Amino acid sequence: MSTLIKIAVRNLTRYRRRSFLTASLIAIGVIAVVVFEAASGAFTGLMIGQMTDAMLGHLQVHRRGYVASIDNLPLTLMLTPADVAVVEQTLRAQPGVESYSRRLKFGAMFSNYTETTALRLNGVHPEDEWRTLPLLASRITRGTATLEKGHIIIPDLLANGMGVKLGDTVVVIATNRDGSVNAAQLVVSGVLANVTGPSGRDGYLHIEDAMSLLRMDAPEISEIAVRLKDFDQLDQVAGAVRSALQQSTTAGRIAETEVHTWEGLSPFYNVAVLINILALSATLGLVAIVLVSVMNVMLMSVYERVKEIGTIAAMGTMPRTILSMFVIEGLSLGVLGILIGDAVAAAAILGINVIGPTFNFGRETGLVLSPQVDLWQMLIISGVVLFVAVVGTVQPAFKASRMEPVEALRHG
Amino acid sequence: MSLIVADDLTKTYTTGTVRMDALKDVTFTIDRASFVTFIGPSGSGKTTLLNLIGALDRPTTGRLLVADTDVSTLDRRAAAAFRGQTIGFIFQEFNLMPVLTAYENVEYPLLLIQRVAAAERRRRVLALLEAVGVADQHDKYPDQLSGGQKQRIAVARALVTNPQLVLADEPTANLDHANAALVMSTMRRMRDTLKTTFVFSTHDPRVMAEAEIVFRLEDGRLVGRDVTGAAA
Repeated sequence: MSTLIKIAVRNLTRYRRRSFLTASLIAIGVIAVVVFEAASGAFTGLMIGQMTDAMLGHLQVHRRGYVASIDNLPLTLMLTPADVAVVEQTLRAQPGVESYSRRLKFGAMFSNYTETTALRLNGVHPEDEWRTLPLLASRITRGTATLEKGHIIIPDLLANGMGVKLGDTVVVIATNRDGSVNAAQLVVSGVLANVTGPSGRDGYLHIEDAMSLLRMDAPEISEIAVRLKDFDQLDQVAGAVRSALQQSTTAGRIAETEVHTWEGLSPFYNVAVLINILALSATLGLVAIVLVSVMNVMLMSVYERVKEIGTIAAMGTMPRTILSMFVIEGLSLGVLGILIGDAVAAAAILGINVIGPTFNFGRETGLVLSPQVDLWQMLIISGVVLFVAVVGTVQPAFKASRMEPVEALRHG
Repeated sequence: MSLIVADDLTKTYTTGTVRMDALKDVTFTIDRASFVTFIGPSGSGKTTLLNLIGALDRPTTGRLLVADTDVSTLDRRAAAAFRGQTIGFIFQEFNLMPVLTAYENVEYPLLLIQRVAAAERRRRVLALLEAVGVADQHDKYPDQLSGGQKQRIAVARALVTNPQLVLADEPTANLDHANAALVMSTMRRMRDTLKTTFVFSTHDPRVMAEAEIVFRLEDGRLVGRDVTGAAA
């Protein structure tokens, strides 16, 4: 084998310029795919992080039918205190769950005494919410990242549009489940930037204020946002929670529930899928580049060495040895392209991190793109390139191995 | 004792509806350890006959025994295996692998065809390079060698597997007189030492004189067999 590798490498150096050009082409393809996948992975990771760590949580538990009606924030599809107790017990039993936050969501009217507008409010236990959404504090652009009873955190859309400042007293008016209207005076303690863009109308108040406003005796909960210890375990934990809650429902302990991961709750998931499709397209482009370039160069190599092939065949070299000789040559070309490509791609990724390019997303500005060198991803791409290099070599190598020595020796 | 027995060999090439007999009813025998040449003008069938003897091609009709093997019945793989074990080849244009050094070219058949162990390979390669007088050129690549040196390396490569038969198609055609004489004397010496049968083709009268037996071919027919003074 070492002899075949030696012959292959020497034949590549024999046609140095052609081998270098082909290896460069493969390398450029590898660089493009590795850097694109790293950058797009960093972008989607950052965006998913923003969505899950500042707004949604990794997964959410609702009463069945709630998500389908979420635009109306229905107060009729709530988890009762008994339901919540079972859900909490279930979540605490899951080793993959880090924290969770109960939310009482409702629609309200917001007034600064001169103007009134609609608002979506989240009644929360602040400590739980902050623990479950570690990036929420960073969204509070004015005021303190705390929430006491009697206070409200409002979206900056309202603050800017209605000229509301920190410390101002505002009135929140809401209709409860029975249809009666109630109002509460609250002090603005924070202004919240919205992850999704300028249309955000979500505010926060303490859950006890929310219960009081909605005239609830016991806390009913619209949704429970859950944070996991390991995001990569999302599907497993979601499945386990779903299964455990289903058993509780079957046993008649709670109402029917539904468990959604962030993917089912955020439209950004479709963007992430699109980015993955683009990455796959780039990989397919790489496959085409490697296939065509390796096949082309190996065909040329075979045509140029017909007499050599005839000679070694005449001497008694077995067809499979001749086949191996050319396959190893194509493989070596692929390895060369991969080594150059991976090295340059890794350097480019490190370079991007040194430069630290920033971008804006929605109302988030100055987000830093930090792609990482993913060795596993590099290994997969390298494996694909090697496989395709071998596939591209098989036809020319087979042609070489099937040559009749007597005809090959006649070749000028 | 005969190493090669050819009985009524005919080789016909067909192109479309045109049939051309490259060899017709050729019958001969060649003994072991002979130094034999086939001569004749271009197109007389010399190369075709060497190709048949070397199991590179099959006769259309007739029987051809080489080292007690009927080479006309061998399939592709069996023919390759037979060549690798029994026959060494020397080519007019040397046909050394340009990416291998002189040493590696001679070593090639032992390594990739006969799979001989490293120590034995080294011993045989160095001995043959020494015997053909190019030991000091062992680390040179073919493009760094003269024609005579290349052909002597080709002789070493043909002999390194200890074949029973060496076939050489116009081995001196690309050499000047001095190098041609050197290569022929090397081949002859190797035959004397190793008792290998050498069969070659030529149309060079000076080379013919080196052969012990000369077969003459014309238009695909064997028209004569001469025993020369070299046989004495």
